[in-house]
Amino acid sequence: MSHHLVEARDLYYAYPDGTAALRGVSFRFTHGESVGVVGANGAGKSTLLLHLNGCLSPGRGAVRIGDVQVTRKTLPDVRRTVGMVFQDPDDQLFMPSVREEVAFGPLNAGLAPEEVEDRVSKALETVDASHLADRPPFRLSGGEKRAVAIASVLSLEPDVLVMDEPTANLDPHARRKTIDLLRSFHHTRVIATHDLDLVLDVCTRALVLHHGQVAADGSPADVFRDEALLAACHLEKPLRMQACPVCGTGD
Amino acid sequence: MAAIESALLQTGRLDTLARQDTAVHRIDPRAKVITTACFVLLVVSFDKYTVAAMIPFLVYPLALLTVGRVPPGFVLTRLALVSPFAVVIGVFNPLIDHEPMVRLGPVVITGGWLSFASILLRFLLTLSAALLLIATTGFNRVCLALERFRVPPVFVVQLLLLYRYLFVLAREAARVLRAYRLRAIRSRGVSLRVYGSLVGSLLLRTLDRGQRVYTAMGCRGFNGILHPSIPLRFRTVDAAFVFGWCAFFIVARLYPLPQHLGHAVLEFLS
Ligand SMILES: Nc1ncnc2c1ncn2[C@@H]1O[C@H](COP(=O)(O)OP(=O)(O)O)[C@@H](O)[C@H]1O
Ligand SMILES: [Mg+2]
Repeated sequence: MSHHLVEARDLYYAYPDGTAALRGVSFRFTHGESVGVVGANGAGKSTLLLHLNGCLSPGRGAVRIGDVQVTRKTLPDVRRTVGMVFQDPDDQLFMPSVREEVAFGPLNAGLAPEEVEDRVSKALETVDASHLADRPPFRLSGGEKRAVAIASVLSLEPDVLVMDEPTANLDPHARRKTIDLLRSFHHTRVIATHDLDLVLDVCTRALVLHHGQVAADGSPADVFRDEALLAACHLEKPLRMQACPVCGTGD
Repeated sequence: MAAIESALLQTGRLDTLARQDTAVHRIDPRAKVITTACFVLLVVSFDKYTVAAMIPFLVYPLALLTVGRVPPGFVLTRLALVSPFAVVIGVFNPLIDHEPMVRLGPVVITGGWLSFASILLRFLLTLSAALLLIATTGFNRVCLALERFRVPPVFVVQLLLLYRYLFVLAREAARVLRAYRLRAIRSRGVSLRVYGSLVGSLLLRTLDRGQRVYTAMGCRGFNGILHPSIPLRFRTVDAAFVFGWCAFFIVARLYPLPQHLGHAVLEFLS
């Protein structure tokens, strides 16, 4: 049985105020795949991500993780399998210290204290934040908060990592560190972002959303070469794929 | 206004103070919760004109403050921020109650003033005790203690979320206020008209954020039950803490020493 599979079939979702955010989204991500979900503001990226671990349930259609359909009954299982990193770390961090923050998930899962401790130090080490263990999370810099938010999900040892705009509001150095970190993972990764350069760096596949529908799905290099598509979806070619106006090189 | 803003932004201080390691911090949260409850109940049980007899009760907050290394300024500013409520509750007493209660030579103190002072003192005592409990224990561990006392988990979690929520609210408030001040350079305060929409937008932002925080907790398997990161242990010291303090409170409540002293002094003066 593989938990690493993520499948959506014909998802429809409308917010209570009537906004139709998803209008028939289907895909199938397989083991170890790293998928960039791109699209303009309001395209439905965050809404889609919230369906992947059951924070929202679709009006129509279904989500499967491995061979488990996401329903109210399978929620605890699904949430252990799918780790979710939210866009704003402030929404995620609320314990009085980084160590307790990272231990929160494993403790909820009922693990023994020694096991919890192990996982906490391992997760903090992975994101290079061991030195922050005793600091209060709300006093950290943006990049540090992001790292801790990721660690707090890694400590649950999920098979699938879902992240909403992991590089939003980061300075270039923190952004680069986050990208390197994302590249180092072997999880199935679903990353919503505007940062198409990040997609080129980290992802093996790009899913373009536009007005709640899939506008394109393919390898990042192919998808981003289609200028008409990008323009229609209010996106811009990754800087790296644009001709350089200063030195005059590029394609 | 800038003062309010910085006080709001300091909400996290409480958590920082709670992470110190002192003799008071090491006492089991359950012991501190029982002791504080006993303290509050006895202070509240005094009759409405009592002032002097409550004074020995100041020893408890002062002891926590000193041994727990909580800066007095921290407690005083929080008390000052909330004190208007106590003043509003008590301020009409002097106008209503003109019964002379105490004569200090030519000065007559009416029942109204006495009960006003009594309300303020009660407020000062109970609030500082509660604040110091949190500052020397940490709110999470206070909640954990409540859970161990069989307070229903639903209630404990509400409390925990409320605390986190207040913190979030405070930060949103500070942000909204700052945004407002930047655009209203000349005005010194917030006009009533603007105040309404500020509070409205604040409420919406907070509700939104509270919802997202709760969702994020759910995503990490939170199902309403708290799990301590450091297991609780009730030792002999903790029992001694409870019995020592509670005995002191009960004695101070039953034998109002300062009252006897005070009467002696007053008799001597008159
Ligand atoms: N809580 C909400 N209530 C109503 N409409 C919402 C809510 N959240 C998002 N929307 C709407 O749903 C659509 C998709 O939003 P979202 O998934 O957040 O997009 P993205 O993350 O791609 O920017 C947008 O039109 C947005 O205005
Ligand atoms: Mg979004």
